Amino acid sequence: MSTGESISAWRTIARGVDFSPELKEGIWLTGFFAVLATLGRVVVPIAVQQTLDRGLNGPGGPDTAFMTKMAVLAGVAIVVTSGASYLMTSRLFATAERGLATLRIKAFRHVHDLPLLTQNTERRGALVARVTSDVDQVSQFLVFGGMIAVVSVGQIIVATLIMAYYSWQLTLVVWLCFAPLFLSLRYFQRKLSEAYGVVRSQVGVMLSAISEPVVGAAVVRSYAIENRTQDRIDTAVDRHRAASTRAQGLTAFSFSLGGVSAGLANAGVLIVGIWLGLAGEITAGKVLAFAFLVTLFVGPVQMGTQVLTDAQNAIAGWRRVIGILETPADVVDPGDGGTALPQRPVSIEFDDVEFAYPGGRPVLHDVSLRIEPGRRVAVVGETGSGKTTLAKLLTRLMDPSSGAVRLDGVDLREVPFTSLRERVVMVPQEGFLFDDTLAANARYGRLGATDEEIREAIRELGLSDWLATLPRGLETRVGQRGESLSAGERQLVALVRAHLADPDLLVLDEATSAVDPQLEMRIGQALERLMSGRTSVTIAHRLSTAENADEVVVVDAGRIVQRGSHDRLVAEGGVYGRLHASWVAQHTPR
Amino acid sequence: MSTSHTSRRRVASASTIRDGFAVLGVAIRREPWIFTLSTLGSLLFGALTVADAWVLGWATDNVVLPAFETGTTSTKGLIAILALFVGVAILRAVGIVARRLGAGVMQYRMQAHYRRAVTRQYLRLPMSWHQQHPTGQLLSNANADVEAAWAPIAPLPMAVGTVAMMVIAVAQMLLADLVMALVGLLVFPLVIVANIAFQRLQSPLMTRAQALRAEVSEVAHESFDGALVVKTLGREQEETARFAERAHQLRDVAVRAGRVRAAFDPALEALPNLGVLAVLSVGVWRVLNGQTDAGDVVTVAYLLTIVAFPIRSLGWLLGEFPRSVVGFERVGAVLAATGEMQYGGREIPAAHDGARLDVRHLAYRYDADQSLLEDLTFTVEPGRTVAVVGATASGKSTLTSLLVRLVDPVDGAVLVDGTDLRDLRAGALAEHVALVPQHTFLFDDTVRGNVTLGADVDDEQVWEALRTAQADGFVAGLPHGLDSRLGERGTTLSGGQRQRLSLARALVRRPRLLVMDDATSAVDPEVEARILAALRGFGSTILVVAYRKATIGLADEVVYLTDGHVSDQGTHTELLARSAGYADLVNAYEQDRAEAGDDEGAVTR
Repeated sequence: MSTGESISAWRTIARGVDFSPELKEGIWLTGFFAVLATLGRVVVPIAVQQTLDRGLNGPGGPDTAFMTKMAVLAGVAIVVTSGASYLMTSRLFATAERGLATLRIKAFRHVHDLPLLTQNTERRGALVARVTSDVDQVSQFLVFGGMIAVVSVGQIIVATLIMAYYSWQLTLVVWLCFAPLFLSLRYFQRKLSEAYGVVRSQVGVMLSAISEPVVGAAVVRSYAIENRTQDRIDTAVDRHRAASTRAQGLTAFSFSLGGVSAGLANAGVLIVGIWLGLAGEITAGKVLAFAFLVTLFVGPVQMGTQVLTDAQNAIAGWRRVIGILETPADVVDPGDGGTALPQRPVSIEFDDVEFAYPGGRPVLHDVSLRIEPGRRVAVVGETGSGKTTLAKLLTRLMDPSSGAVRLDGVDLREVPFTSLRERVVMVPQEGFLFDDTLAANARYGRLGATDEEIREAIRELGLSDWLATLPRGLETRVGQRGESLSAGERQLVALVRAHLADPDLLVLDEATSAVDPQLEMRIGQALERLMSGRTSVTIAHRLSTAENADEVVVVDAGRIVQRGSHDRLVAEGGVYGRLHASWVAQHTPR
Repeated sequence: MSTSHTSRRRVASASTIRDGFAVLGVAIRREPWIFTLSTLGSLLFGALTVADAWVLGWATDNVVLPAFETGTTSTKGLIAILALFVGVAILRAVGIVARRLGAGVMQYRMQAHYRRAVTRQYLRLPMSWHQQHPTGQLLSNANADVEAAWAPIAPLPMAVGTVAMMVIAVAQMLLADLVMALVGLLVFPLVIVANIAFQRLQSPLMTRAQALRAEVSEVAHESFDGALVVKTLGREQEETARFAERAHQLRDVAVRAGRVRAAFDPALEALPNLGVLAVLSVGVWRVLNGQTDAGDVVTVAYLLTIVAFPIRSLGWLLGEFPRSVVGFERVGAVLAATGEMQYGGREIPAAHDGARLDVRHLAYRYDADQSLLEDLTFTVEPGRTVAVVGATASGKSTLTSLLVRLVDPVDGAVLVDGTDLRDLRAGALAEHVALVPQHTFLFDDTVRGNVTLGADVDDEQVWEALRTAQADGFVAGLPHGLDSRLGERGTTLSGGQRQRLSLARALVRRPRLLVMDDATSAVDPEVEARILAALRGFGSTILVVAYRKATIGLADEVVYLTDGHVSDQGTHTELLARSAGYADLVNAYEQDRAEAGDDEGAVTR
């Protein structure tokens, strides 16, 4: 057991315990109960066997006194074992579940610090699995498998000691017969974990195939690709079936090996026992008693190997959760050691900023830019020009690869998150809402804001008449992701939220999705009021936004190519001239 | 989550047990041979477990004891021991493999049968049925419910084997000594009662834990979905507290369930041991009274230990029943659903120019009270581009669903080149008409697969469609070009890129009528303008649900919808002139600009 995989399994457990210190709590007492429970499991069958062999079939006829002693011993052992098992199991459950709740919560908290979450939206499902099914898998193993593993190992040790007390030679025979099983265990575990890995990935393929006629119903029907879709599903379903069957076959085969080893051990004990007996080393009684002891050894070995197989999945799950926790957050909070931002409109400075995603080409080059406090700036550029990256750097969702972004002269990396998130607020493109009331969603901007304050904020943004159109006002439930509201209304709630947060720097990623024109007008007005008195940077998709800005910054292929007022840039031509011409064309129907 | 509610009601009632066996009956009738094989495997395993003791007895009497008595032994005897033990062990291994693999094959085959059947229903049932059933429910019908329905197959062979073994063992015990057997058999009802009590206490906790697991998952999903908001407002701690509350509730329920288990597991293990002790006590007393002999005591005690443990496998089987019955019922509801869309036998005559679209007195509603479309009539001449404009909820998306026959109208008709859509052969419409829906759906497939959807087109045509949709640039930049995989396990695309692929999917078919439902919303205005310009050169008839003036600007004509009917139809200029509502709607952008401009003078800083 010295190959890399097993070390990393042990290391996984060790790291897991580091992350969930509760797992260590009271481990000695639990261990003590485990030993008691184990002893009982060995004592009871031996007492029964002794009652039969020495008491009932004793040389001088039934020995009542001995049998009474044994029966009492067995009875006491049963009671002690049951009590100890109860205490051990309930303690194991309590520590394991407490430890895993901690692990789950820590992982959840850490996921929010991972760049993956905001950069790669399609991987979110996998991140949810880290804090749900992966932890559940570990929990299943720790409370059921852990208990069986502890007891099984204990029983194997106790059985071995008792066997050795009877005859060390025969004990050696038993271990030799089981050696091939123990040695092949690692091979089978690898095969099994591969096989179950295939099953899991086939489940994923199958689920996405099954989702096609449901989620993609409109496409499947309007393109009349029902047969193709059914073929894809049938293939996926069949591959899943084949992979599951293969894994099940392997499990059954590996499980059956224990029985074959037991058969070998039984035969070996009798054969070697006879030889030893002929050499005068052992009596017939001892050989037969030993044959009985072998059964005490075989049971826990079977159980233990089974549990080890399940452990592969659990350890893989644990490893994945720990993998998340060990992924460094790329944006680190300087905490109390940092410099807090002042409570006034801030200046912005990009100092020779370059940004590249890990392993990717630079998205931004040589960006140097200074924006004075209170200015309203629009950033324009084509899709993929790098303008969104600019916004993400400004809100410190990411750090530049080189160079620095400064607010009020302070490098963003030195601003504590508590200050940064309070002074700098971003309104994302999609107004994401939580499944709660409108008031609760607005309150997300300022915790503890009263209904009155929320109404006031809505009034200040000129949205009171809109609020009046909602049947339940502030108590309107917005539904999952806010889907009970229209996209435009979600935007409005996001603006109210930002207004309540009352930041000094507002970063707006303008929505592109279609909104009813009248609502669009409301949004425009609310935005206007929200931006007044603050420094603002808007990732602009509309001409009107650029026109109304104090200054326009034009980004093209990761560089700032033009800046200045709208009028000057129109006169200048270049990239902005082209964008402007296209906008004008769209807004002037023939 | 509605499952949990139903299964709570269903815990261990007599009807559940009856229904559970009925569900198993379906599986046994469907896969009789594999069921027989795995049951035989289980019986073989049971028989050989008993045989082990017999081999030991034989070896003791015939080889071991004589060897010690005579001081010599024969090779033949030793070989016999080896052969018997190993032979029994191998046969038992065969039994295990047959039992477990057989159960697995049966279970997975049943799952596969039902998954195919359920998804066939999904493809067959009309869109109106889909609209009435939440996506999540349909996905879990085909996955979790199918799995739950057939879960009892796994412990089935073992349970059947156990029952057989019990019958034999009980008969043997009764033959050996009636009194001892009856004392020993007291263990059985006790084990069964303890099992039922365990299930009763455990099931509600398990149901609660399952519901809490779903809640934990929902909070994680929502919180990660809203990551940008959480992060930019610095609300990580509050979110963590919200998650921790559910995680702690789940923990507490799990610990309580653990305590129940901790109490019952040792009890269930102790009962057979206590039974053996009772048999021994009674047995010894009877031996001393000369009512039985020592051998019978050993036999009864031994048989009791053999059957007392596997009796729990019956508990496992019955424990799966509540979920199984609910799962089977839910799957059954899908399989029993009717309302397939009816098709005629007609074709749309082949042609290369644009198709003619007639919409006549169209009406559509989900329920009797609320009508979505009412008496909608308009015509689009071949090759023309028409923009459908209207406020939110004016029925625009519903109209596009009717035009490609995702749903059938309650009244009126849609005609393409003069043929009512309902008279067309299945699949005929798709050869002429393509829809680009509002919500882009990409398949878990390559770029090529997503564009062609299996149609017989070569790569040159795919690239041409991608060029027209302005998607060639980013596709060429993908690591494997057209062979790059998309979806959950593949490349991540932005909303705009996904929309452009969805457009290319429609374009590659060279549809004679293209229906676009706000299909360029996630695309930059400049890119949108280029795409629309390319589309106009295509020659197809185009109907586009438009929000942007750019889109309206490209249309030859505008159909203006209000409250589910055509309020006006004409060119953009005509409508602007004669319809105040239309002018208000499309000019809202302009007003926005104007007011924003006025404000600039007012706000000084």
